[in-house]
Amino acid sequence: MIEAQNLTKRYGRTAAVDRISFTVRPGLVTGFLGPNGAGKSTTMRMIMGLDRPTAGTVRVNGRPYGQLKRPLHQVGAVLEVRAVHGGRSAYHHLLCLAQSNGIGKRRVHEVLGTVGLTDVAGQRAKAFSLGMSQRLGVAAALLGDPGVLVCDEPVNGLDPEGIRWIRTLLRRLAAEGRTVLVSSHLMSEMALTADHLLVIGKGRILADGSMGSVISRVASTTVTIASPRMDDLLPLLRGAGATVRSSGPQDAQITGISGARVGDLAASASIPIHRLDEAGPSLEEAFMELTSGSVQFPASGGSGQ
Amino acid sequence: MTTPAATAAAPGAATTIGLANVVRSEWTKLRSVRSTRWISVLTVLAALVPGAVICARWVAGFRAGQESRLGFDAALTSLTGIYLAQIAVGALGVLVISSEYSTGMIRASLSAVPQRRALLAVKAGVFALAAFAGGELLSFITFGIGQAILHGAQAGLSLGSGPALRAAFGGGLYLTAVGLLGFGFGALVRSSAGALSAFYGLLFASTAVLDLLPTRWRNDLIRFMPANSGSQIFTTVRGHDALAPWAGIFVFCCYVAVVLAAAFVLVARRDA
Repeated sequence: MIEAQNLTKRYGRTAAVDRISFTVRPGLVTGFLGPNGAGKSTTMRMIMGLDRPTAGTVRVNGRPYGQLKRPLHQVGAVLEVRAVHGGRSAYHHLLCLAQSNGIGKRRVHEVLGTVGLTDVAGQRAKAFSLGMSQRLGVAAALLGDPGVLVCDEPVNGLDPEGIRWIRTLLRRLAAEGRTVLVSSHLMSEMALTADHLLVIGKGRILADGSMGSVISRVASTTVTIASPRMDDLLPLLRGAGATVRSSGPQDAQITGISGARVGDLAASASIPIHRLDEAGPSLEEAFMELTSGSVQFPASGGSGQ
Repeated sequence: MTTPAATAAAPGAATTIGLANVVRSEWTKLRSVRSTRWISVLTVLAALVPGAVICARWVAGFRAGQESRLGFDAALTSLTGIYLAQIAVGALGVLVISSEYSTGMIRASLSAVPQRRALLAVKAGVFALAAFAGGELLSFITFGIGQAILHGAQAGLSLGSGPALRAAFGGGLYLTAVGLLGFGFGALVRSSAGALSAFYGLLFASTAVLDLLPTRWRNDLIRFMPANSGSQIFTTVRGHDALAPWAGIFVFCCYVAVVLAAAFVLVARRDA
């Protein structure tokens, strides 16, 4: 369980994180979403006691991180890809972290096996690929078999196989009853991994709810239609409350109306329909809608990232 | 995955940090990077070689009757290499902590031991103990080799004399203190380059700054400069403007204490 209350971090006059409150619950993967610079990493560093909040508190299992004794047994974190001394072997990196919390060598070998680094455990971390470094970070997080996991952009730079591996791992850890907080700006990935969403923009919480509720709250179903008589059809649909998102001479995308209703209306007016598709809103659309006002450097004419 | 199913809000809270665990961890950190080994080898060479070479030259000078034995400091001559070795030991002291910041390892370390002052104290302690053990061994060996060479001209000292023993012991003590000074700057400045500059600046350039002062003040103050004060502990013939050996090392340790104190105050306040 992670609980933040009015958590604030200011750098000079800029608030990187602005009085946010949230709770991350066990048994779910909570996705922490936001554009670059929204305050995700700062929040995660405050959770881990690395940055001091300017105001407010954040507690892990009921305590500020700095008060936890041998915290690897309670919290595992993957905060940066390479929070590793490159001159040290993977084995010794894990060993020194394990020893500091009274964890034995057997467990070090176990986590090396879990992340598939056993064969390269003696190599210096400097020589590791991005994917291997990421696995080493995950191994460190798992050392103490913690009930809480905090991962900042864990799939950044990973190949598809590595991404799938992380996703499966995080989902399994949550299913085992652990609290899992994972940040990302990759919507498609988050849509597959997270159960619960925490959306942040310009340091404020924009949405906090289940994946389904957040998406349906901010974005709606899109109906794609194709017809040789669009000019007759569109006024009819507008009259029924539809909003036309885009339209061509023979096709259009509309929202605010169900596919079934479109079909019924067309049939009653004897307008032929060549295509009728209904697509639920995507997380990406919901995210863009939510964060449209809070992107730091919006691309003109485009949709951000 | 081999982990057993975890309880949801796994309290499993330990009641103590377990300092012995942290000591083991810091010892593993120290011995498992190559830079420690490289710098240790350099330190040994820097200490041994100059002393032996210079002692041999004195012996040749004495035999040829070109050198006077008046005011000859056999202990200091054999320990000349300490001046060179201090550069390496100080660099190691800096790197032990600054490399954690430059590599990002510090965030992993603090996630494992969030009690920052305790972590810094244990790290400093483990490094100081290692530097002390190695420094004493090295200093006594260097002293022994030098005196053996000087015996060739009946100019050597034996450890039986009080000042000789103190000088040989003092070489290791001084190296340890210099290492801790480097460590203090490493923890304070956090970037390796910046910390090394600050360390060498205080150790070597501070005397140059004194030259800006009027001569009388300069002559009064020069004995209190870090390198001048600390190195008296491995001399047996006292220079006319030098501090006494134990007073000198005490002054030097005050510099170390100030830098370390600043590092300890700031480590708990700053963002990592």
